[in-house]
Amino acid sequence: MTPSFTIQRIETGADRGELRLGGSLTLAEAGPLWEELRRLESSAARGQSLDFELSAVERIDGGAMALLACLRAELQRRGVRSEFVAAGERVQRVVHLYGGDARVARLRSRRPLGTFDQLGRATLAVLREVQLALAFLGQMTASGVALLRSPRSANWRELPATMERSGADAVPIVVLINFLVGLAMAFQASAQFRRYGANIYVADLIGISVSRELGPLMTAIVLCGRSGAAFTAELGFMRVNEEIDALRTMGLGPMRYLVLPRTLALVLVLPLLVLLADVAGVLGGLVVGVWNLDLTPRGYLNETIRAVSVWDVASGLVKSVVFALAIALIGCQQGLATTGGAEGVGRRTTAAVVTTLFTLILADAALTALFRLGGM
Amino acid sequence: MSFLELDGVSVAFGGHTVVAGLSFSLEAGRIGCLLGPSGCGKTTALRAIAGFERLAAGEVRLGGDRLGGPGVHLPPEQRRIGMVFQEHALFPHLTVAENVAFGLRGQEPPRRARRVSELLATIGLERQGGRYPHELSGGQQQRVALARALAPGPRLVLLDEPFASLDADLRERLSLEVRELLAAAGATAVLVTHDQHEAFAMADQVGVMREGRLVQWGRPYDLYHRPGSPFVADFVGQGVFVPGRVVGDGQVEIELGRLRAQAPAPCPRSGCEGGCRVSVLLRPDDVVHDEGAPLRARVVAKAFRGAEFLYTLETAGGSRLLSLVPSHHDHAVGESIGIRLDVDHVVAFHQPPGETAAGPDSRP
Repeated sequence: MTPSFTIQRIETGADRGELRLGGSLTLAEAGPLWEELRRLESSAARGQSLDFELSAVERIDGGAMALLACLRAELQRRGVRSEFVAAGERVQRVVHLYGGDARVARLRSRRPLGTFDQLGRATLAVLREVQLALAFLGQMTASGVALLRSPRSANWRELPATMERSGADAVPIVVLINFLVGLAMAFQASAQFRRYGANIYVADLIGISVSRELGPLMTAIVLCGRSGAAFTAELGFMRVNEEIDALRTMGLGPMRYLVLPRTLALVLVLPLLVLLADVAGVLGGLVVGVWNLDLTPRGYLNETIRAVSVWDVASGLVKSVVFALAIALIGCQQGLATTGGAEGVGRRTTAAVVTTLFTLILADAALTALFRLGGM
Repeated sequence: MSFLELDGVSVAFGGHTVVAGLSFSLEAGRIGCLLGPSGCGKTTALRAIAGFERLAAGEVRLGGDRLGGPGVHLPPEQRRIGMVFQEHALFPHLTVAENVAFGLRGQEPPRRARRVSELLATIGLERQGGRYPHELSGGQQQRVALARALAPGPRLVLLDEPFASLDADLRERLSLEVRELLAAAGATAVLVTHDQHEAFAMADQVGVMREGRLVQWGRPYDLYHRPGSPFVADFVGQGVFVPGRVVGDGQVEIELGRLRAQAPAPCPRSGCEGGCRVSVLLRPDDVVHDEGAPLRARVVAKAFRGAEFLYTLETAGGSRLLSLVPSHHDHAVGESIGIRLDVDHVVAFHQPPGETAAGPDSRP
């Protein structure tokens, strides 16, 4: 069966062409019409022009016109100039009805944000988080003060359990990690120290760096991953499950009931863990000293005791208290800020860990600088 | 003065108003309900009463105390308002008894134990006190959540879609049970739901909300039979609108005949005396099946409801009607049956349904 429409492609000049349409264009023959159009237009490239010449069209229905208008829009998006030309009055009305004479909006590719734009947005986001954290710290302090006035109102029952989970259960991993850190440090140092025959000073290096720096920091990082993330997930789930709201309607503020016991537990437990960490780190160094640097255990320990002052250990403990506060507060704040179901809990937990790690490193650098400047 | 009073309460999130100018009041010991499609702001309104959301405008008063308003925002911890949450929000690590006892902290152990066993007996779970929430059925969890909310003797109980997570059967039974429990405790309560059956079964006063606004506040009977707008008429109960014409004082004429209102309410529009076009609400119970009636209509669809059929009928003039017919009248689709109008409450709106700001033209 021959179709009742005709199409010809005519080149009217360099880079200029026409699709000359004629006869009756209807939806019933849309299939062959579309194939034919596709075949003829496919060679048109960017910068060229390809018009639809409609002077010989006798009849066109909406379906066929919609196809043509769609094809024209596509051509224009490809950068091919294309218009409907020479249509009779009746046909032109259909062209207009289907937007065949409308301007085609350029398909906007999503432009990536500029560097400054991104930087600005990120900065604002960080500032907002900092603002939230400070507000939370303020609330926390207020309820801490209120707690001092009426100590019975807090949820003391949860304290021992939290201390056990965050403290006692963390002992193996804390000891192992700090032992290995001491060991690795001592190995790195021993190669250098042996060259000058300063073998015994490995004990000084390990003792001081572990007690002042590495012990508190490594332990805090372990606790951030174990307890901080757990706080966020626990409180986040309670938040999503409306348990926090339920607590509040029963007269229990989440600060006093959930945040304060967790914070207190970490503040009590982290310094104790740091003391263990110090010992484990020194033992790590000792193993290398005896095995690799021909030191006696007694000699190594004596040197450690001589080199490490009480303040070295105490400054590490001061740091650990600050670290504990940061871990608990960020973990709880992120948990209470959770929205959006299980997915939200996951997002907040990730955010809590990343934010806490960043804060820990920042606080460590600041405190180290402070202690050194203060001559301590 | 009413016990709970909301006066022009508005709540906005980031510049977007979710609840706008909500006002209603509730007597002590009564159960109120906010009814509306999802997203109409009813849960936000409830959370504003509880104190979880701050008011952008307006005031909430309970027993004469201002809980929230300009310059006042009492946190939820200090409002003494109990709340039952949609997913119950029971504490999973505590037993049923411990959950119920939770709000009784600070009381002496013997008194606490007595109150807990009293409440567990009321909800019929005295032997399940040692179980954990996940070991209970949905309906049992629901009752525990209610007991937990009632335990501290709150001044007001809020229920947020309390039966949404239960199956239909249980919902019906439990809503009556909960109503009895609340009545036994003498509690004033506000309930939020999108289910009118639940609202009608439980509440003394129902408010229909739409897009953050309270469209109508009244007794369930009035909402059903005297809806103030086409939206309420459409949302509460089933029914269809048929075109009609006002033919005189308190009378409208529709395709099926002339309806006369017993005690017409004044029409809020003036110049509506004669010939004015209205749309008339016909409830399924307004259209009665009567074999001997001269009026005939063709059955287009039918739904079996147990005791009755809900027939969709088409009149000769092309209007569609709904009719509730006792289920021993089992007619086939396509059959023509006799109908009679038995309209007690004539509800007519000036504009066709779907447009806002219409008032009842005449009502009993």
